[in-house]
Amino acid sequence: MAAPQVAPLETPDTDQVPAPDRPWVTIVWDDPVNLMAYVTWVFQKLFGYSRGRAEQLMLDVHHKGKAVVSSGTRERMEHDASQLHAYGLWATVDRA
Amino acid sequence: MFQRCSGHYVATFAVDEVRVLRKVATEVVGLLTDAFDHADPVVVRLFPEVYPDDAADAAEFRRYTEGDLKTAKIDQAGAILAALPDDAGGEVRLDGEAAEAWLRALNDARLAMGVRLEIRDGTDLGAELDDAVATDPGSSRMFQLSVYAYLGYLQESLLSALVD
Repeated sequence: MAAPQVAPLETPDTDQVPAPDRPWVTIVWDDPVNLMAYVTWVFQKLFGYSRGRAEQLMLDVHHKGKAVVSSGTRERMEHDASQLHAYGLWATVDRA
Repeated sequence: MFQRCSGHYVATFAVDEVRVLRKVATEVVGLLTDAFDHADPVVVRLFPEVYPDDAADAAEFRRYTEGDLKTAKIDQAGAILAALPDDAGGEVRLDGEAAEAWLRALNDARLAMGVRLEIRDGTDLGAELDDAVATDPGSSRMFQLSVYAYLGYLQESLLSALVD
């Protein structure tokens, strides 16, 4: 398959933000209904992740039962979780 | 089924498909409006607890976000209803925004049906359908399983047209 055309978001790559500024995380949990390709697409769409990174996160959710998909302030994580809920993913917020 | 065609996503639906999609989208709107019930397992799945271990924080989050989330889900189901031809077969033509709303709405409908059908990790849809055919091909479960499988096929097709 060809690489999808996904516009990069303006949010910085969370890997580049120092840990002390990322006290909260958004977690996505495995679910028997959501299609793998759909979950990958949602991660690209909402977080601007590359196809490869989004696929790896999707596989982590699928195989390990859950994965941390973003980290940052509590307000930001609640925003991320709300967005994920609009897309039908099962997301929760927790302390890092 | 869906094909990209000069910036739009186009598919042709038979009259039965139009009826099924209208029914499914209408049912989703129904359970988000008149029939909305926090005790309904479908509502629990569509509006997950963001703080599963902290009831007070979860309730506060819900108070601030549930209305918007409900509106978003009603709007995306409405995008399906708005794009369907009248009670006949015909072409559905979606722009990028409508296509994404359809993907989310199809997903909500599949989540709702998945809860009702008790779809689990490792559920073999083909085997479930075979069982349902053998038991009673005219049963409600048989119909619901077929619709669930159809919605998955449709969502995958639209997603492929969008990203490939």
